[in-house]
Amino acid sequence: MQPNEFHKQLTPIRDRLAGLDRTADNRVFLPCEAAQVYEVCRFLFQDLGLRFVISTGIDAEDRFEVLHHFSDDASGCVVTVKAFVRDRQAPELDSLTPLIPGAEWTEREMHDLLGIRFRHHPNLQRLILADDWPEGVYPLRKDVQA
Amino acid sequence: MKEPLRKSVLAVGPFHPLQEEMEFFQLTVDGEKVTDIDVRISYNHRGIEKLSETLQFDQVPYLVSRVCGICSASHPLAYVQAVEEIAGVQPPERALYVRTIINELERIHSHLLWVGLGGHFIGYDTVFMWAWKYREPVLDLLEEITGNRNNYGNVKVGGCREDIPDELIPKINQELDVIEKKTEMLTKAVLDDPVLHARLKGVGVLSKEDGIKYAVTGPTARGSGIAIDVRRDDPYAAYAALDWKVIVQTEGDVFAKAVVRLLETFESIKMVRQALAKLPKGPVAVDVKEIPPGEGCGHAEAPRGETFHYVRSDGGNRPVRHKIRAPSYVNVPSFKASCIGADIADVTLTLAAVDPCYSCTERIAVVDGHHAVLHDYEELLRLSRAKTATIRKDLGAPEMNWEDF
Repeated sequence: MQPNEFHKQLTPIRDRLAGLDRTADNRVFLPCEAAQVYEVCRFLFQDLGLRFVISTGIDAEDRFEVLHHFSDDASGCVVTVKAFVRDRQAPELDSLTPLIPGAEWTEREMHDLLGIRFRHHPNLQRLILADDWPEGVYPLRKDVQA
Repeated sequence: MKEPLRKSVLAVGPFHPLQEEMEFFQLTVDGEKVTDIDVRISYNHRGIEKLSETLQFDQVPYLVSRVCGICSASHPLAYVQAVEEIAGVQPPERALYVRTIINELERIHSHLLWVGLGGHFIGYDTVFMWAWKYREPVLDLLEEITGNRNNYGNVKVGGCREDIPDELIPKINQELDVIEKKTEMLTKAVLDDPVLHARLKGVGVLSKEDGIKYAVTGPTARGSGIAIDVRRDDPYAAYAALDWKVIVQTEGDVFAKAVVRLLETFESIKMVRQALAKLPKGPVAVDVKEIPPGEGCGHAEAPRGETFHYVRSDGGNRPVRHKIRAPSYVNVPSFKASCIGADIADVTLTLAAVDPCYSCTERIAVVDGHHAVLHDYEELLRLSRAKTATIRKDLGAPEMNWEDF
């Protein structure tokens, strides 16, 4: 995707983004606050027709980050929406699953491993952790030793 | 008082020696029809993403080549591409070709493995024996190049660990000729067989719309008319320099997925031949000293679909976060779209058509009110094969005579 053309396409959601980083020719990162993530992803998925790839949850010391990776297969460009979840006590953001059923597992996984809650998720059950795993222990957080 | 639930539940899984991983499918059935499906995974979660944070950047490829024994070339490749993106490293030309050759050999053996297992499930055990026999020389070649039949661990940040010796090239070409001829025979047997048409067409259909919603990739997507392939869309290694085409079928059923895999095998053979012919001279690796802070996304087309790795570095010698997405992670949930409304006899085949872990069929418990009937793996196979036999009889097809091939 030509940089200028893509930047123009993003105009409708430009106000919701905190920036736009192009780390390589075909890698774009779109940082935003957690409250904006649903609308930004809806725009990419429905209006621009990008393919949902996967999400990455990160414990970044003072905050959590939820990265939704999308792929524009026509150009091979990977577009990553980076949502900052600043409330470390009760990390929460809107679920993408009602829009993209393919996001169900990855959100359940982040809920299991990082303790991030996804609002409006239709089935936020355990996916990775065993049924007898203790409540409140999130293995992918940095304070848990490998 | 609440009416007791009278739903029949079929439990498929979670253990079988055939499968790569454990999975558990709970099917809700009404008579012979499946009305709902619930999947439970992670019976053998190995915590690889967390482990990766404890390893140095150059140790991680050996860890991720063990994510899957079959796709053990594409996982490390996706990872090193992500790290090379962070470090701004360009591997030497020859390394890109070696990576391409290893990855295409992997695709050939993986697709043949699937054809064999698919045949086994519907009662064509001869296909199983033959496909796996033809697959064997590919593994031998991989062993000669990398030292291992699986878990090659042949890529590293900045290039490849082992080179392809020039003396080996004639042998690889020779083996490819044999594999091509045998795959041609298998493909003809599948495309010309009226029984297979009747057994596989219209079974386990995944529509294009559902495929996009469930974000499927690989042959599962290409069998449903979604023309995506990382090798073409975001070319890595040496794919941009090769002449090949993306195989797409629009029907979305098991037959379409089988055709996609068989035809892709020929494309892979073509690609390996071209890459061997063009193999540039020179080293296969450059020195990489430090990985700067940053983040990178690497993806590669594994036999089952797109493998995606995200790596974040803080400038230390270990990744601070390494996310791995294997293709089955998005392909398996699409069963919700392709299995509902299907016959129980078709479910094993539909599950297998995505080429996930075959294990799922080990044990089936039919729980109906107070009665619990255990269907074992044999019983499931019998159901699937009986359906093939009925179709064959109805069509008046002669008994298979494999001597003809």
